[in-house]
Amino acid sequence: MVDEVRIGVYICHCGKNIGGVISPKRVAEHVSRFPNVVVASDYLYMCSSPGQALIEEDIRKHNLNRVIVAACSPRMHEPTFQAAVARGGLNPYLLEMVNIREHATWVHEHEPEEAERKVIGLIRAAVERARHLYPLEVAKFPVVKSVLVIGGGIAGIRASLDLAKAGFKVYLVERKQSIGGRMAQLDKTFPTLDCSQCILTPMMVDVANHPNIELIAYSEVEEIDGRPGDFKVKIKMKPRYVDWDKCTGCGTCVEKCPWRVPSEFDEGLGYRKAIYFEFPQAIPRRPVIDPEHCLYLTKGICRVCERFCPVGAIMFEDKPRYVEVNVGAIIVATGYDLYDMTKLHEYGYGRYRNVITGMQLERLSSAGGPTGGRITTIEYERGRFKPGKTPKTVALILCAGSRDERHVRYCCRIGCMAALKHAYYIAHALPDSKIIICYTDIRAFGKGFEEFYQRIRSLPNVYFIRGRPMEIIENKDGSLTFDVYDSNINRMIRVTADLVVLETALVPPKGFEELRQKLKISCDPGGFGLELHPKLKPVETTVDGIYLAGFIQGPKDIPDTVAHAGAAAAAAASFLAKGYVESTPYLATVDEDICSGCALCVSVCPYDAISIVVKDGKRVAQVDSVKCKGCGACAGTCPSGAMQQHYFTDRQIMAEVAALAEGVVA
Amino acid sequence: MSGFEPKIVVFACNWCSYAGIDLAGTSRIEYPPNVSVVRVMCSSRVTPEMVLKALQRGADGVLITGCHPGDCHYITGNYNTLRRYYLLKRILNELGLGERVHLEWISASEGERFAKVAHEFVERIRKLGPLRIEEV
Ligand SMILES: Cc1cc2nc3c(=O)[nH]c(=O)nc-3n(C[C@H](O)[C@H](O)[C@H](O)COP(=O)(O)OP(=O)(O)OC[C@H]3O[C@@H](n4cnc5c(N)ncnc54)[C@H](O)[C@@H]3O)c2cc1C
Repeated sequence: MVDEVRIGVYICHCGKNIGGVISPKRVAEHVSRFPNVVVASDYLYMCSSPGQALIEEDIRKHNLNRVIVAACSPRMHEPTFQAAVARGGLNPYLLEMVNIREHATWVHEHEPEEAERKVIGLIRAAVERARHLYPLEVAKFPVVKSVLVIGGGIAGIRASLDLAKAGFKVYLVERKQSIGGRMAQLDKTFPTLDCSQCILTPMMVDVANHPNIELIAYSEVEEIDGRPGDFKVKIKMKPRYVDWDKCTGCGTCVEKCPWRVPSEFDEGLGYRKAIYFEFPQAIPRRPVIDPEHCLYLTKGICRVCERFCPVGAIMFEDKPRYVEVNVGAIIVATGYDLYDMTKLHEYGYGRYRNVITGMQLERLSSAGGPTGGRITTIEYERGRFKPGKTPKTVALILCAGSRDERHVRYCCRIGCMAALKHAYYIAHALPDSKIIICYTDIRAFGKGFEEFYQRIRSLPNVYFIRGRPMEIIENKDGSLTFDVYDSNINRMIRVTADLVVLETALVPPKGFEELRQKLKISCDPGGFGLELHPKLKPVETTVDGIYLAGFIQGPKDIPDTVAHAGAAAAAAASFLAKGYVESTPYLATVDEDICSGCALCVSVCPYDAISIVVKDGKRVAQVDSVKCKGCGACAGTCPSGAMQQHYFTDRQIMAEVAALAEGVVA
Repeated sequence: MSGFEPKIVVFACNWCSYAGIDLAGTSRIEYPPNVSVVRVMCSSRVTPEMVLKALQRGADGVLITGCHPGDCHYITGNYNTLRRYYLLKRILNELGLGERVHLEWISASEGERFAKVAHEFVERIRKLGPLRIEEV
């Protein structure tokens, strides 16, 4: 660079976040003596409009050609200050941010002197690095105006409908035979007690009928390729053994199939056939054959469905099929699973027939469920569920696996309200019964929740015990006994109940870890998808164009899920509507004079973006700037330094590293 | 305490580790101020020269951090880091510097873990004492 390097350094107080620990003024004074620093100032909030204006004016006034902002994380405000620098007339990549909040004042609050020293050291390193910065350009790519929604629960349904109504093409992939998700299994919904199916199924029908939505049920995402704005997604359609184009959904096959299998939808309490719909209101109304239980596919006998199908739609030789869709954005709405209750050995789930989950109670209470809506104890006849007797006492145990170091640390955010609702189901259906709720805290935080809690609390036959039960013992008649210490009244209480309901911990769904890795998005300690910012970017992820919707971002009830899904759809819509995405400017670049064509870079590039070409009789590496995503692996591997990464060149990083290693020379 | 305060350079990938280190900040989890972070887009950008440069110019230890295997934002970048790290480590062991360079996977949600790793690494280097490159 021929021109003289003229750097402006700006130190933010961030109110007291930085200014309360170190003295930005003193730091500014100190760093103003560094070589090439023309001006150094501090300001209360650099990100505010006067703060940004200060930078813009200084660029003109002092003829600056580099800007350093020492403030929060670049992950927070780099774009803000890049824009300010650009308004000041400089290329935005002549900005360098120094993270003195997250990396210094917030973590060294009790060592203010050391923190200030560290801040000065970080700024010195930035000054050294900034000297080697140069202008960069970003390329623009068109976006494909369509969206993939993964998961067809209420979150995926809502997001799909919003986007479809806004005119975007939507591919909705659901791994089960039907969309609907967990909400379809619920009888009623707290706090208003709407019938779950009644409010859900019309939306399912809308999905089926909307011309912009292509529903790809009984399928899963196999591979994801491409870039934000232009993802190529390979979808695996599991073999259905039924030709869905020919099938009319008449259901004769299901009726005639002789084989009964425990129903997942009824949580193992009811039965479905080997050829089945997930539930009677399933969308799409096209059945599938379960290859693990179908008599023909397992033993080579039967073929009854084939015989009775009026349109000849059964095809036993079906194979998985793959389709590829091209989308600009992806919404992940894969919901949750119940935590495996057999891991809570002390409660005997799986060993004691009358210990059930809250979701099983939903099925018992539902008119479409295995008992036709009668709440009964659980009995088995020759291994098959049959409704038992009317329970006189039912115990509900909250936080089963939640808020528990041994299992799941976080709160499920559903259990308290679900338990109150379950108490209502039982009290309403069996007014003579006694209901005992063993809780840790009742968290009734949502709209209308406290009122609902008061309503249940005032029922004469509902008792509240503040405590977690100890071991449950099964009695000869199938009833259950346990002791629980009630911390409200400081007494041990012995409870005997005919039915015990566990309000289970809720966890990310099976297979989410693999899906997340395919998507390259991060997860939180509970394994749920990680949002880009816990307050301000609740649906965005670290990957542009990929959004989270509903429970998969963290526990949510239906109102929160729907709001979150709407936000995800809006974020995806604005991403697509803009029409283009900007590529990263941090691309790889080759110095052909130095490159020897050794091709080590070719072998480490994850995107096949580098090839070896012959130029003037010499083998050299060539970077495809459309494919390059700016990781710098090639530059990290290059033995000669011919391969570099813009904004992260060897010289830039080395200058920074050397300065940090030297530390603050007084 | 004797006067020795180790100087440690940390390399952190933008997507997982840098975000995790930010989270330690947002959650106000304290760790020793001896560590300073250099941001790269991917841990695979870090060259052996950068690590050696740090040690040569006065750092007492170098911590390289990246996404957990399988989580790399750039698919396989961290596997390159791992391979290169083992190679570098063999050379450093020959020079008696192996203990001073360490690789750790830190995810975007592991702020608490980063603070713990930083504590432990600073203590380890403190025990080793200052690095005097001319003695090597
Ligand atoms: C016992 C119980 C009672 C409840 N009662 C209430 C209530 O009364 N009121 C209330 O507001 N909330 C209630 N909830 C919470 C409610 O169930 C959730 O808020 C809601 O279901 C979340 O919707 P979702 O779409 O995010 O997830 P889900 O309903 O779990 O839907 C996710 C969908 O994604 C699919 N999927 C998963 N992985 C993949 C994959 N890899 N590929 C493709 N598809 C995939 C699933 O098959 C499913 O269809 C209750 C929860 C429980 C456990």
